[in-house]
Amino acid sequence: MVAGAAVLTTLTQCFTNKQNEGERLYAQHCANCHMDDGSGLRNLIPPLAKADYLVSHRDDLACIIQHGQQGEIVVNGVTYNHVMPGAEHLNKGQITNILNYIQTNFGNSNERFTIQEVEKQLDKCRHLLE
Amino acid sequence: MNSNNIRQFILALAASAALYACSGNESEATLPILGHRDVVEQEVNGKMVADTVYQQIPDFSFTDQDSQQVTAKTFEGKIYVTDFFFTTCPTICPKMKSQMLRVYEQYKDNPQVVLLSHTIDPKHDTVAVLKEYAERLNVSSDKWHFVTGEKDSIYSIAQKYMVTAMEDEQEAGGFVHSGAFILVDQNRHIRGVYDGTQPDQVDKLLKDIPVLLNEQHQKK
Repeated sequence: MVAGAAVLTTLTQCFTNKQNEGERLYAQHCANCHMDDGSGLRNLIPPLAKADYLVSHRDDLACIIQHGQQGEIVVNGVTYNHVMPGAEHLNKGQITNILNYIQTNFGNSNERFTIQEVEKQLDKCRHLLE
Repeated sequence: MNSNNIRQFILALAASAALYACSGNESEATLPILGHRDVVEQEVNGKMVADTVYQQIPDFSFTDQDSQQVTAKTFEGKIYVTDFFFTTCPTICPKMKSQMLRVYEQYKDNPQVVLLSHTIDPKHDTVAVLKEYAERLNVSSDKWHFVTGEKDSIYSIAQKYMVTAMEDEQEAGGFVHSGAFILVDQNRHIRGVYDGTQPDQVDKLLKDIPVLLNEQHQKK
């Protein structure tokens, strides 16, 4: 009985931590630049909050997180041009969790990602890892 | 005095008592002078008198985003908040800048308060790079100077502000530096050090600036 409760507790904690993984990884890898509320920094760093880019470039998002990007991009009508570093050590599960955190927070209610969809996107930029 | 007036009078009295209680501690009403200090003995009218000499930011000369020279003279009669950063910094800098913008917005119409950000990567952060950075933040150059200069001068003045700044290939972005905001008075004494990545520390800075302005005002 006691052992059963212990297993349940551990399982619940495991589950809870997993659930918050997107938020934790966001704080660790993204919030320095995109800010805790996804607002970005004026015309220097684009917002994630209510960003049309998340919908219009949905198919590129996993690769952008993994490898970063540079050059001009337009988000909500504003042109940004600041280098974004990649997070090459993140795995597909972690990237999925970050994406789903972004897609469902900061006022966003975009379609969630499955790990399969992220995997498929990452296949397109796998060559950059070599 | 009718009863309404009396009630108002009592309320006002209670309010001022409460205010007095809050500001009653005199050490809270002025800011300390930070940094090292020396006691110097001087002869005044034939008597030896001990005098405390506080650490002062030395003269400097840097170039801002408009290619204008920025020296200690630029800040004469003003107080300023300063920090160290670099434009390609992937770690704490954007948060620092977002917090510094709070100071900017609150004091943009007060010429007594100026902001000074030093790049610690002068090789990359040229005048043109700083210009674009400032423009993208949409801030005015006479209120917020982004400066570059000789690397050694920047790193050595960082030490005077009690800020860590150095190159380190192990660090993300290639530099290690603290996220401190330093509040400097018109005598170039350091009056406060705040963590510019923490909103509550910047709240404290925003409360300390009027205290310092008030002190300068009373001295005049």
